[in-house]
Amino acid sequence: MRTPLIIRFYRALGPKGAAALAVFALLTLVLVPLLHLAVPKDSFFHVSDYTITLGGKIMCYAIVAVAMDLIWGYAGILSLGHGVFFALGGYAFGMYLMRQIGRDGSYQSDLPDFMVFLDWKALPWYWSGSDSFLWAVILVLVVPALLAFLFGYFAFRSRIKGVYFSIITQAMTFAAMLFFFRNETGFGGNNGFTDFKRILGYSITSPEMRVTLFALSALMLMATLALGRYLVTSRFGRVLAAVRDAESRVMFIGYNPLWYKLAIWTLSAMLCAVAGALYVPQVGIINPGEMSPANSIEIAIWVAVGGRATLIGAVIGAVIVNLAKSFFTVAFPEYWLFFLGFLFIAVTLWLPDGVVGLWKRLRRSASAEIPPSPPLSKGGDK
Amino acid sequence: MRLRDFLVPPVFGIAPPGLVLPPPELKAKLEEKEKSREGVSTGMAHLVKPGEVDLSHGVILYLEDISVSFDGFKALNSLSLAIDAGELRCIIGPNGAGKTTMMDVITGKTRPDSGSAFFGQTMNLKRMSEAEIAHSGIGRKFQKPTIFEQHSVFENLELAMKTDKRVRRSLFAELDDTTRDRIAETLRLIRLDTEAARPAGLLSHGQKQWLEIGMLLMQEPKLLLLDEPVAGMTDEETERTAELFKSLAGKHSLVVVEHDMAFIKQLGGKVTVLHEGSVIAEGGLETVQNDPRVIEVYLGR
Repeated sequence: MRTPLIIRFYRALGPKGAAALAVFALLTLVLVPLLHLAVPKDSFFHVSDYTITLGGKIMCYAIVAVAMDLIWGYAGILSLGHGVFFALGGYAFGMYLMRQIGRDGSYQSDLPDFMVFLDWKALPWYWSGSDSFLWAVILVLVVPALLAFLFGYFAFRSRIKGVYFSIITQAMTFAAMLFFFRNETGFGGNNGFTDFKRILGYSITSPEMRVTLFALSALMLMATLALGRYLVTSRFGRVLAAVRDAESRVMFIGYNPLWYKLAIWTLSAMLCAVAGALYVPQVGIINPGEMSPANSIEIAIWVAVGGRATLIGAVIGAVIVNLAKSFFTVAFPEYWLFFLGFLFIAVTLWLPDGVVGLWKRLRRSASAEIPPSPPLSKGGDK
Repeated sequence: MRLRDFLVPPVFGIAPPGLVLPPPELKAKLEEKEKSREGVSTGMAHLVKPGEVDLSHGVILYLEDISVSFDGFKALNSLSLAIDAGELRCIIGPNGAGKTTMMDVITGKTRPDSGSAFFGQTMNLKRMSEAEIAHSGIGRKFQKPTIFEQHSVFENLELAMKTDKRVRRSLFAELDDTTRDRIAETLRLIRLDTEAARPAGLLSHGQKQWLEIGMLLMQEPKLLLLDEPVAGMTDEETERTAELFKSLAGKHSLVVVEHDMAFIKQLGGKVTVLHEGSVIAEGGLETVQNDPRVIEVYLGR
């Protein structure tokens, strides 16, 4: 007699969480699209192209942040190379987008422009199938998952933990970046992929497509949050948290931490990849810069700012930092990195539990005037 | 009973593959022991079930001539020990007597240089890995309590519970009423039923020790090895622990290593004294305390 999964997902979210998701869905799937498509451009209520793209972008980042929180906050594995999975997802979908350009590129060739530039006569073998949308989706899911699985298997089997693990993930993303920088690799080298024209034959710059991508990002974010909440409230999640706190004890009571870590690690990588695939058509470019070590560190900062092991904190952190980033890079571009560094130090020193931790602390001190209710003793088994 | 149990011929001498029978000399000892229990021995053949502790002779743990040396230092020197099923046994001895090494041998952490170690009649501990030993029903509590401090008391017990512990199962696992009842029962036993929802890290030291004992019990061990379980407990907690252990004896077999003589007196079981890696005395606490060799070992030379 199993409870259906849908009910268990709902229970994991709780009535408040489900209500919040419903409001968010209404906002991103109905209200914003309507305000963008149906309201005239000169109206005060019109949501601009810029806002839609920025919102979609930030929601993709939020998915990455939640994926990061799942492994860092709940399993205690700090990855400083998650950018590589995001970028791989982006590249995998980018290949499809490049093929969709067709003969509309600068050289009017069947091949993507950068291949013509390199004087290549045919597509390399790993580009075969790249004109199929379905194949692109499969690549988005499988390639990063495979990399994560292999990397994770060897790292976790060798019981590499803590800062050592973080360092090799940095090395991994750095190596991947250097690899993608090379023109011979066949992914556009330095410039990466850009100048996208179509998805499934529809123009990528049309308002409808923009709204569709925005809504898909929102849906994916909600699905990620619901899945994450389910996972961390399941026994699987409790075992993960136990691995984080006392791994040897977990082994002693009969769990094999390797498979638990590997499962959440691979899932986290796949979530990042999907976010990357949604991100690339919205920003219109993917290049090896996405794999730079600094990018991956930034992901960790989002989660730290929002508050670890809360899931919603990761979303809040991603939103705050990226809004600040879009403000700074326009107003004072040269100070952005200083501000980011300051933010990280400030959070570490004064807000170890991030924004969500601060919020909880404020609420507790607000309710401190009322005498605390007696501790609830659960289970009427007396 | 499953089908394969019927496939095993009900003859003691023929074991199914994967099972190891005690060596002849140990078997002789077993029979000797059997004879000494008047009227119990039937000499009848019985079924040997793979993966289950065979307690047909009333003995759960047999250590025979175990020796372990580290760089020439003999931690255990032909130690022999037999624990009956359901027994509550205390092990005492001065520092370096080999108590912890003995536990290590039983749990497979240390491999003996010589001798034999059997769990029940059929399981050769020397040929099993640590995980296999733990899975077959030997639970060990270390000196320092290690619990999951961030998890609630209830969750600690849930995680320890004997169940399918693979990822796929944990993803979809649901608590049914029987497991809930089992956890509630264990909570009552370790006197933490009012603390079920509290984070384990907030418990007192003594309560943490109990919780760890509770976690051991959730794994349904046949034999419990407890290393200094009352270290750091208050007198009242020590007394309660003694009551708990006495209530566990019978259903489980317990081996308690302790320095606290008052506690051992409260437990009231048989006492084994170790010294320099071998047993020098065995019997009731009174008898052992009056043994001249024990007095010499404890009061110095």
